[in-house]
Amino acid sequence: MYSAIVFLPLLAALAAGFFGRRLGARASGILTSAAVLLAALLSWVAFYQVGIGGQTGRVEVAPWLVSGELAVSWAFRIDTLTAVMLVVVNTVSSLVHIYSIGYMEHDPHQPRFFAYLSLFTFAMLMLVTSDNLLQMFFGWEGVGLASYLLIGFWYRKPEANAAAMKAFLVNRVGDFGFALGIFAIFFVFGSIQFETIFAAAPGQAGKTFMFLGSEADVLTVICLLLFMGAMGKSAQFLLHTWLPDAMEGPTPVSALIHAATMVTAGVFMVARLSPLFELSNTALAFVTLVGATTAFFAATIGLVQNDIKRVVAYSTCSQLGYMFVAMGVGAYSIGIFHLFTHAFFKALLFLGSGSVIHALHDEQDLRKMGGLRKVIPTTWILMLIGTLALTGFPLTAGFYSKDAIIEAAFAAHTGVATYAFILTVSAALMTAFYSWRLIFLAFHGKPRASKKAMNAAHESPPVMLVPLIVLAVGSLAAGYFFKDLFIGAGADAFWGTALFTGPDNHMLEAIHHVPWAVAAAPVIMMALGFATAWIFYIAVPETPSLIARTFEPIYMFLLNKWYFDELYDFLFVKPAMRLGRILWKVGDGTVIDGLGPDGVAARVIDVTNRVVRIQTGYVYHYAFAMLIGVALLITYFMFAGGLAR
Amino acid sequence: MSLDWPIISAVTFLPLLGALFIFGIRGNDEIAVRNARYVALWTTVITFLVSLFLWFEFDASSAQFQFVEKHDWLSGTISYHVGVDGISMLFVILTTFLMPLCILASWEAITERVKEYMIAFLVLETLMIGVFCALDLVVFYLFFEGGLIPMFLIIGVWGGARRVYASFKFFLYTLLGSVLMLLAIMAMYWDAGTTDIPTLLAHTFPATMQSWLWFAFLASFAVKMPMWPVHTWLPDAHVEAPTAGSVILAGILLKMGGYGFLRFSIPMFPLATDQFAPLIFALSVIAIIYTSLVALAQEDVKKLIAYSSVAHMGFVTMGLFTLTAQGVQGGIFQMLSHGIVSAALFLCVGVVYDRMHTREIAAYGGLVERMPIYAFCFMVFTLANVGLPGTSGFVGEFLTLVGAFRVNTWVAFLATTGVVLSAAYALWLYRRMIFGKLEKPSLQAIADMNPREIAIMAPLVILTILFGFYPMPVLDVTAQSVEALISNYQSALAAAEQAGVALAR
Repeated sequence: MYSAIVFLPLLAALAAGFFGRRLGARASGILTSAAVLLAALLSWVAFYQVGIGGQTGRVEVAPWLVSGELAVSWAFRIDTLTAVMLVVVNTVSSLVHIYSIGYMEHDPHQPRFFAYLSLFTFAMLMLVTSDNLLQMFFGWEGVGLASYLLIGFWYRKPEANAAAMKAFLVNRVGDFGFALGIFAIFFVFGSIQFETIFAAAPGQAGKTFMFLGSEADVLTVICLLLFMGAMGKSAQFLLHTWLPDAMEGPTPVSALIHAATMVTAGVFMVARLSPLFELSNTALAFVTLVGATTAFFAATIGLVQNDIKRVVAYSTCSQLGYMFVAMGVGAYSIGIFHLFTHAFFKALLFLGSGSVIHALHDEQDLRKMGGLRKVIPTTWILMLIGTLALTGFPLTAGFYSKDAIIEAAFAAHTGVATYAFILTVSAALMTAFYSWRLIFLAFHGKPRASKKAMNAAHESPPVMLVPLIVLAVGSLAAGYFFKDLFIGAGADAFWGTALFTGPDNHMLEAIHHVPWAVAAAPVIMMALGFATAWIFYIAVPETPSLIARTFEPIYMFLLNKWYFDELYDFLFVKPAMRLGRILWKVGDGTVIDGLGPDGVAARVIDVTNRVVRIQTGYVYHYAFAMLIGVALLITYFMFAGGLAR
Repeated sequence: MSLDWPIISAVTFLPLLGALFIFGIRGNDEIAVRNARYVALWTTVITFLVSLFLWFEFDASSAQFQFVEKHDWLSGTISYHVGVDGISMLFVILTTFLMPLCILASWEAITERVKEYMIAFLVLETLMIGVFCALDLVVFYLFFEGGLIPMFLIIGVWGGARRVYASFKFFLYTLLGSVLMLLAIMAMYWDAGTTDIPTLLAHTFPATMQSWLWFAFLASFAVKMPMWPVHTWLPDAHVEAPTAGSVILAGILLKMGGYGFLRFSIPMFPLATDQFAPLIFALSVIAIIYTSLVALAQEDVKKLIAYSSVAHMGFVTMGLFTLTAQGVQGGIFQMLSHGIVSAALFLCVGVVYDRMHTREIAAYGGLVERMPIYAFCFMVFTLANVGLPGTSGFVGEFLTLVGAFRVNTWVAFLATTGVVLSAAYALWLYRRMIFGKLEKPSLQAIADMNPREIAIMAPLVILTILFGFYPMPVLDVTAQSVEALISNYQSALAAAEQAGVALAR
């Protein structure tokens, strides 16, 4: 069954990719959707069997590589964490597939699109089912590839190509750490299989080894290196720059890859490796720090963006930060719970935005929207549901998971956790503000689009709305229904050994004993954010521009995304190009060739010129030269021979 | 394991036989030219099929030389001694595998002196196979240096505009190495009294002599590899060489350096290897970072790929000198994978060069519009070049880095930056050539790959992906020989240490 879940999307991808033109656009869409839908249904069966029935296990598919002590197989590790991820990935993926049949209807390259989507699904499934680090890395890079191909799907657009490359490269920077982490794990543990590593991990706690010339704590180094990979994939602070640009891809892609699944791979990785992270407080503190910073920082940028998809993208970035905060304070199950609920409402918001963009014929600028509530009412209601869930309205999905994270950050009582608590609470305020800002700008107020565009605007077809409705149901109910399993009374039985928590880690208990003010803080922030947005964009619409003018430097700083792109361009991209040119022209050209072959050639010509001058043509000159030569030779042999004797 | 017929000699000299046939073809008209092409193609195909026997009959559980043939030659001192082990066997297969593809790639591109061209390639094949099979130093040397001549001619006669400069540079560099290696071979003969490689492998050279010999061999192999800073001949040679010449250069000739390290430097001079490994690491790391950066700045497709080759060879030398199972096996795997991938990349360049007659990256753009099959093939090889898991490029890179990390974390750390840089130059190249709008008027009518070109690419695509998912056929073959290499190396070091301790007393 697990092989079917993982390989069905691959088969669909191959079919659509190689025979897509023969199959036709519609058939490719239906075929891939059907395959992934089937995988999704099987995933729910697996979820029930593993989560409720406790049937964990390992499925070996084939050997991959063996070299010395290093032996790696293609194999699946089946436990609750895998099952949860299977459900998330396949459910969202199948809905996105179906949605795309409608969304991409007028695109001439549909088979290719569906092939990429299914390929992505396959790679993501390989990632989450992996039983060793290398297969995980395979999936990791595989989703990166699919993301690259899908962001650059409209290859005629230069921005899309640039964004695709940027995504791949920034992720590679993260993978640089991931790869080193794998090497370090093999070096220390002699294996890269999870089972072996986890069993041996406690024995390595507190030990040190030589890394880059200094003694360093083994597990801290390993965890930090691996976390670097997670930072890249999950677009965390410093390695986040690719995610907003990735919105150049088609919207279903943003929903699937850049909201619900791929970007959560980093969170999944930390959860999967919780037996290692749990043993290194330094690494956990760092995870918290990065997560909290991202949650706050991305939210600030989200406040002012004008592209509807970019607002949602920064929101994703910020929510991922929340998940990492949960990981960092040792509340792994809460983080995964948020991953689970977030997948529903963020996919909903993205696909809803897609529906808006579709209705307005590819208009993404919020400043040119407004008043759409009456034109596309279904989309409006669905987006409202998504927003309620994201901002944590009581009883919706986000309410249970996000609030639990904030409570966990408070309950951890460490310095960095307090930092995280403050930042996540303020981010909650901003989340509410920018989410409602989006709703108000797009759906309320007076239409700012042209008459013609408004008249042409239309509600999306059912093939797009049905997936949205399913996601909306999930956004409303997933929190309430699954909270007991994920983070409540049933959590221990549900997770089994999939997540590791140390003996002193009582996070799930502690979140119930926080002061009521802390528990209420997120809800208050949500209300406050809503109220501010309402004042800014409905009651007194002049406020935003007034504030923007008054605090122009801050506004520009946020609008330009803290100038990270410019900074990186200045620090890395330009110098690398310049250095390459210098090394080529000066290093290879002047120095190596100049001293080497070209120099030698030039000297040879000099020497021959002189030799030519010696060739005078007079016999006695030559005879004289020969005599000297003979004399030298004889002298040499006499002395050399004499010395030898 | 051995067959009852001399398979090694058969594989080695079959191409020479084909060359003789072509030599016998009279006239220079259409028919003669066509015959020459077909004879060359059939010869190389048959040679490849015969060589497959080597793989099927090879006993992977043994580290010994297999299919050995030995005949006295030159009064018994030097003998025609050939055979293969787990290290060399696959290089023979790689050679015979790439050859038919080269002939096919030259089918329409070469119109001048076709007979001579085919003869040059067939002779080159014999010499290259000989290098990997030779079990006598002098025989090795003859094949090793002999291979330069046809390659020199291929670049110098059928090359591009600056072919003379390129072939002169190529010759100058390799010549220096050759002279030193010849001196080293003589010195080895004086010390050991034989040039027989298996005997020499068991011989222990004095410690000081090892250093000299090691450097003499390094001079030759480093140029061939090529290692930084003696790599500058490669971009020029590639740029000027005809497509098939580049394929052979990148696919096979570059592997001779790595093979030489494995066959001579490491097992015969273990003390020097141990002593100077840090030097190799330094040069490898510089090669990886330096040439990747240089590749980023290139405007010529072939130069870019040539520089990326140097970077990839950096991973090989780094891996080999870690003397860990992963490092050495990874190095061998990387060489084979690079033989497939870089050959394929040069073939890809050849495809558009044949249509547009320019190698300038800026002359292309938006090719995917009219050449989807080509774009797909190019994508696969680009990703393999980048070392994406699931392609053959990943396995070698990963294993060498695993090995390096065990020896020195700095080396691994710096070399791993190569994965970022390689992605940068490779994807940027792809973006500039394949993606974007198809705007250039000259490209409007460009045609996708024809069946002949697809036939060339298909096996390469399949192997690239197959070895990415299932590299075991290669790793299995090399495992025993590599293990023997490492254990011999370690016991040699241990013995030297004991002797040193004894001396100190």
